[in-house]
Order: sequence, then C-alpha cells, then structure tokens
Amino acid sequence: MASSILASARAEPAPPSRARRTRGLAIGGAVFVALLIVAALAAPVIAPADPIRQSLRGRLAAPTLSGADGRAHLLGTDHLGRDVFSRVIYGARVSLLVGFAAVIVGGLVGATLGLLAGFRGGWTDSMIMTLADAQLAFPFILLAIGIIAVLGPSFPTLIVVIGLSGWVTYARVLRSQVLVLRSREFVDAIHALGGSVARVIARHVLPNVLSSLVVIATLELARAIVLEATLSFLGLGVQPPTPSWGGMVHEGREYLDSAWWISTAPGIVLMLTSIVVSRTGDWLRDLLDPTLRGE
Amino acid sequence: MRGLLPFLASRLLRAAIALWLVSTVVFVVMRLSGDPVPLLLPSDAPASEFARVRAELGLDRSLPVQYAVFLGHVMHGDFGQSLHFRQPAIRVVADYLPATFELGLAAFALALLVALPIGIVSAVKRNSVLDQATMGLALVGQSAPTFFIGILLILIVSLNLGLLPTSGREGWQSLVLPALTLGAFAMASIARLTRSAVLEVLRADYIRTARAKGVTEALVVVKHTLKNAAVPIVTITGLQFGTLLGGAVVTETVFAWPGIGRLAIQSIYNRDYPVVQCTVFISAVLFIVINFVIDLIYGLLDPRVRSG
Repeated sequence: MASSILASARAEPAPPSRARRTRGLAIGGAVFVALLIVAALAAPVIAPADPIRQSLRGRLAAPTLSGADGRAHLLGTDHLGRDVFSRVIYGARVSLLVGFAAVIVGGLVGATLGLLAGFRGGWTDSMIMTLADAQLAFPFILLAIGIIAVLGPSFPTLIVVIGLSGWVTYARVLRSQVLVLRSREFVDAIHALGGSVARVIARHVLPNVLSSLVVIATLELARAIVLEATLSFLGLGVQPPTPSWGGMVHEGREYLDSAWWISTAPGIVLMLTSIVVSRTGDWLRDLLDPTLRGE
Repeated sequence: MRGLLPFLASRLLRAAIALWLVSTVVFVVMRLSGDPVPLLLPSDAPASEFARVRAELGLDRSLPVQYAVFLGHVMHGDFGQSLHFRQPAIRVVADYLPATFELGLAAFALALLVALPIGIVSAVKRNSVLDQATMGLALVGQSAPTFFIGILLILIVSLNLGLLPTSGREGWQSLVLPALTLGAFAMASIARLTRSAVLEVLRADYIRTARAKGVTEALVVVKHTLKNAAVPIVTITGLQFGTLLGGAVVTETVFAWPGIGRLAIQSIYNRDYPVVQCTVFISAVLFIVINFVIDLIYGLLDPRVRSG
C-alpha cells in the first residue's frame, strides 16, 4: 500500500523547469560528494592545521583570516584551540571510512544470507527470513547502544554494529532473485552439465541484481554515516581526540551560546552529506531500478 | 473476517520471536561484557567473598542453566538491582517512562498537526511556491540527523531568539523543542505521504465527476478527497509512531529530558548494566507491542494486508 503511493508520487511527470533544476541539483550533489572524497583522501595535504593540536591561547576563536596565532581559521577554533576547518576535513575520513566499511560488512552478510536462503530454501530460508523480520521489528539503535556500551567503542565494533544493522535489504533482494532463477530451466541445465552454484551466482544472479545492490548500498551509506555520527554524538562512537562530525557537534554543545561554529560547522556538513547521498540513492533508484521504489 | 485469525497468529508469533531474540542478544552481550562481580565488590575483598557473590548471582552455573534462569527472570521483569540507584532496575525504568511517553505523544501530535494541513494544501496547490518550499523542507527533515535538528533549534529558537528553554522538563514551553525535534522525521514523512495520497485521490474519476457536477473546489477536497485519502495516511502515521521510540534516545540526550532514552545513555556512563539491559528490553517490548497493535488495526481496516 505504502509502496504504491510512493511510486505514484514519484512517477508524476515533472514540469520542464523542475527537470532542469533537478539536473542542477544532481550536478551540485556530485560536486559535493567529489569534494568530500578528495577531502577524506588528501586530508593531511588540504587541512591547514593539525586537527588534534591544541592551543590554549587560540581557544574559541571566531571564524577569522588572521587568528591570535597569525593563522587563518576559516571555521574558527574549538574549546581546546583546535582548528575547526581542519577537524571537519579529517572528520570526513572517519565518516566515509566507517560508512563504506559498514556498507561492505552489511552487504557481505546480507548477500551471503540472502543467497543461502534462496538456494537452500526450507528451514534455512525460514530461519533467515524470520531473523530479518525480527530485526526490522526493533529500533536497532537501542540494540547498538547496548552492544557498544558493553563491548566498548572502537572502530571495528562500530563498523560491525552499523553494518549488521543494514543487512536485511540486501538479503531480501538476492533471495528473491535466486528464487526467480531457480524456477528457470537453464539453471537446471547448468547443474546437469556440472556447473557449480558459484557459477550460477556469478554469471546469473549477481548481474541481475547489480543495479538494485548499487541503489541499496547508496541509501545504506547515507544511513551508516548518520548512525555513526549519532553514536559519536552520544559518546558511543569514535572517541576523542579523533575528529568525527558527530563528536564535534557534541563537544560544541556547551559552547553554543558563545562559539556556535564548533557545533554548526560539522553539523551542516553532516546534514548536507546525508541529504546529498540519500537523494543520490533516490535518484539512482528512479534511474536504474523502479521496482525498488517504496522499499 | 476470513483470514483474520491466521494473520493475527502470524503477527503474534513474529512479535514473540522478536522478543525472544532481543532477550537472547541481551544475554549474550551481558556474558561478553565479562565478570560483573568486580564492579560490585571493593577490590580488596577476599576471594571467598568473590565466590559467594558469584554463587549468589548464579554465575557459577553452566551457561545453558544461566540462560534459562535469565529468561525466567526477564519474564518476571526482574533485571537485577541498579548499581547506581540501589533499587530494582525495572522500578528505575518505570519512573522514567512517563516522561518518554509525554514526549512521544507530544511529538506525534505536533507532527500530525503540522504535516496533515501542509500535505493537503501542497497537493491541492500542486507545484505552487508553497508546495515546492514545504516539500523541499520535508526532504531535508527526512534526511537530517535528529541530534543536529535539535542543536539547530536550540541555537536559533532558544539562544538567538530567546523564545523557549534549552532543556529540562518544566511546563509546556520545555516540551515544544524536544517534541519538534523528535517529531521532525515523522512530520516530514507524513507530509510527503499525505500529499501523495491526496494527489492520488484527486486524479480519480469520481472527483472529476464531482467537479463536473459543479461542486465547489473546497467541498471536493473536504468531502470527497480527505475521506478517501484517510486510510493510507492513518496507516503510515501509525507506522511512524513506532520509530519515534528510537529517536527518543537522541532527543532526550540533547534536551536533558528525563526519559528512558537519556536514562539508558547515563546508565552506560555509570556502568549500570542492569538498567541498560532493562531499558533496551522495555523499549523493545513497547516497540513490538505498538507495531503489533498497528498491524492489527490495519488488518482490520484493510483485508488485503492479511495475505501479505
């Protein structure tokens, strides 16, 4: 029901002026993502200052071109005198690293379980799909908080927890593709000729679901980045002094009144990232895979 | 009413499995966390004392036995003593629950109050400036991180304009910003879906007939459209209610709202694991129960759902 409503809303023909604007927005988004990736890869080259070097004299400086230390601080300095601009750039590293790694973890687990459910069928299938339903019936952030609270925050824990929070969609898509293919005669023929399951997966399953997987992975990336930032904001994600956007928003909270830039600079970049990546996912979906609409 | 009972049974089974899985994860995580006894005793306590407490907590028994005992305790709402509050964890959580309910209901009411008119007007005045502006804002609301929406509201509304308090729970004024923050996602989703649902109905033949008959536009919208667009709106609205709970953790932390979300985070800092586990479990129960009730209502309203 919900999906049909969503689909029809998206399927309306857009007036030409809107189409032009959409293209403009898409290009703007692509530029933003490109800048972000460059910032993350080349952070040590681009960042004007060491993101964790403190300076007691230069604390809480407003955005300026000539600070107390004679340097430019485009986005000001924080409560420990660290350059906010440099920290935002290094924060992109953390966000993208955790985001991409979590998407890979979620994708691998989801794909494996989805293929297993599809090929094995029977009890294996029911168990995996029940697990998927159960996970969707629960706000995962609560479980994530519980797990991280006990295991302690670290990059691997963060990546695994965020990754596992998103395996279900991949599994569903792969499973249904396998089920479609299993009913076809040529798959039996491959088996009869001695072809392996791996061959069926590589030659027939994956090519068919590739565009769906790309769409899911993009939407999952946006979700993973926001979840990492949220956990870091709560003190359960990336630990100080490593700069992460969520952690920076948290650190700046006490200084909102006097030094608003500490929280808002990383927050706005995070918000833009989330909007751009998730809109890209929506756009890819409309372009590549209309059947996914509303999932 | 054909098919309602099997539908009900399958949803009940799913809810039960979800609860069992949650309690199992809580148990596994608890065991992974290592020995809780050093947290309970002074470090210079004699070894015999350690052994006594271990036996008292049942930690000297085999894992399957511990698991069975744990499940039994969970079913009775027994999560052990809070290390910080020095009373049963379940009672601590019960004390903090009303604030979360208050916030959740306020957020939900606010979301509906804002989103429904916006969705309807956007659909009727399609492609107008108002439509494009509000739908653009709704897209932002759907993808912006909850905690940053809260920070921005504090910065603009509380600190710059001085209109509302930044935190705490005193009077309705302190409820507005947290409710807006928590409700932002639901508000954005409901507004967009209301717009789609109304647009869908506006295209229907009977609306064209009504217009052809000379029924005024206002009457077409109020009498013919809204009634028919209501079912999907109600459903989606209900589904949003469940997801509000997850956002409560973040919102309560941002606004120092004394509910179970903030309690969970503070208990983590206090290493008060019984309270953490109890909060996670109780939230899961609430979430699952709410979703179950919504499924049920939806199954009653729309027989097509039962097969799905």
